[in-house]
Amino acid sequence: MSAVSHYIGNIWTAATSFFEGLSVTMSWMFRRPMTIQYPDKIDKPIDQQLPERYRGFLEVDIRYCIGCSACMRACPIDCIRMEVAKHPESGTRMLTRFDIDVSKCMFCGLCTEVCPTGCLHHTKLFEGTNAHIENLVLRYVDVPVEPFKMKKGEENPIDRSGNIARSRLKDFFAPAPPEFQGSRQGDLTG
Amino acid sequence: MQTLADILIQKIFGVSPQGWFWTGTCYLVVIVLFCLVLLIFAALFAGITSWVERRIAARMMSRVGPNRVGPQGFLQWLADGLKLFLKEDIIPSGADWPLYRMAPYFVFAGMFGTFVALPFGASLVAADLNVGIYYLLAVTAFVIVGIIMGGWSSNNKWALFGGIRSAAQLVSYEIPSGLTVLVVVLLTGSLSTQEIIKAQGGLPWDWFIFHSPFTVAAFFIFVTAALAEGNRTPFDLPEAESELVAGYATEYSGFRFVVFFFAEWANLWVMSALMVILFLGGWRIPFVSVEATTSTWWLIALSFVIFCVKTLVMVFFVIHIRWTLPRLRIDQMMKMCWTYLVPAALVCILGTMVWMGIADWQTIPGRAMRGLMFLIAAFVALKWLARVRYTYMSDRDLYQKMDGRPLWYPPWRLP
Repeated sequence: MSAVSHYIGNIWTAATSFFEGLSVTMSWMFRRPMTIQYPDKIDKPIDQQLPERYRGFLEVDIRYCIGCSACMRACPIDCIRMEVAKHPESGTRMLTRFDIDVSKCMFCGLCTEVCPTGCLHHTKLFEGTNAHIENLVLRYVDVPVEPFKMKKGEENPIDRSGNIARSRLKDFFAPAPPEFQGSRQGDLTG
Repeated sequence: MQTLADILIQKIFGVSPQGWFWTGTCYLVVIVLFCLVLLIFAALFAGITSWVERRIAARMMSRVGPNRVGPQGFLQWLADGLKLFLKEDIIPSGADWPLYRMAPYFVFAGMFGTFVALPFGASLVAADLNVGIYYLLAVTAFVIVGIIMGGWSSNNKWALFGGIRSAAQLVSYEIPSGLTVLVVVLLTGSLSTQEIIKAQGGLPWDWFIFHSPFTVAAFFIFVTAALAEGNRTPFDLPEAESELVAGYATEYSGFRFVVFFFAEWANLWVMSALMVILFLGGWRIPFVSVEATTSTWWLIALSFVIFCVKTLVMVFFVIHIRWTLPRLRIDQMMKMCWTYLVPAALVCILGTMVWMGIADWQTIPGRAMRGLMFLIAAFVALKWLARVRYTYMSDRDLYQKMDGRPLWYPPWRLP
């Protein structure tokens, strides 16, 4: 007798699980999809949707850089290159180069942790697609500048909006920088 | 078919082709034209349904689905087809190449052959065969031949396993589906698809499904067997991705792969149309007699629309099942066929015979039984809708609290 009840029970289980399963999947037809349709149909701009501590492209507010090159030493993959030189006339230290190769950067954030002034920080930018990988070297020093002199107890109004990094990113079809044209080597550290 | 060709030529050219010298040629041209129309229908249906199914599946999984090619991704099926056409048609070096090359066409022939006897509306059928339903069961066996050929000739273990599983599955499930078709044949007394539809009525309680509890059971057995024969998901063992890569289609690429999948999608229409023909009243229009339907052109058009709507509802049902139920194991699949479906189908035949002997379906007890069956079915359907609502409501407020947006996003609101 138990075999018969088991048999009937199996049929009943099949029928009820059909009933329940079909109702669950049908209810999902009426629910809002989870998908964020980046980049076409998003409710608000993508950088407002990203979390506060998002690690995007590195940005340097060069006005507040003291030229300690702690970031360069902290970088595990050497994607930061900074050069300091003496001014030929006055003999003061001058910051001549601050390049970050974001195509190599792994966004670990170690450089931002060691930066004493916080002028090196992550932005929320991540859209840097480019036809030439060399264009992803962001150059933050146009003309040699004097390093910042840090004073105790002073707030540094560092620009963290991402506008500096955004202005350094190049257009997708921009030609490669002259020193790289004709070669595929984008290696900063040699 | 011949009479239809006669009418067409009479209508267009004003002369009867009977007695012409080139009568045969005329018929041949008309036949080729009809074939083309059906082929285009099958191709469009298969393509568009592949997109629709992916969208439905996506919504059931809280996704959006293909939405990049064309408006709302509608041209995705064209893009997929084009991509596959441009692929190289590879034949594995160890393959039995004549069989390997032929296999997709057997599958295609098995699927497309059914369109001969498949009605689309009143007097809209390529050939109203007097053995229609028997022909349909027989010609679908070509699919098995094609799948076994493809599986064997690929010289690949996954493909071979897929082919063997498919043979076991399709041969076993022919039996319950044949037996449940027999229930309908008992009720009609004819094998012709059009006669089966004409024997039913336009209103739900005049359909064969509500004839008695046994026909209700027979309907569900037929649906299950049809899913298994069409390799649809609870029974897609021949192409089980997690076990057999792509089953019998593992080694196929390019055009031959398209043919396999074209046959599979078009088969969706065939199985749904068969469910509608056998159990759900076919193209019958409520309150309109068969004679009136077959003689007026706009009623014929209406019957076509009714048939298509019913079939598309069944297509949705099949898709819905696919994205709800997990795949059965091979032993469960065989056990289900031989210990549940086959005995149940036999009981359905016997029960239908007994009930037909007790009361004709036009007598008062017959009508009472049909009404009762319809009421029970309507009650279950309403209960199911209430269950859908309950499942939805149980999450609604929490979602609104977490997301800040209402959860309500019906399928007709395109994302």
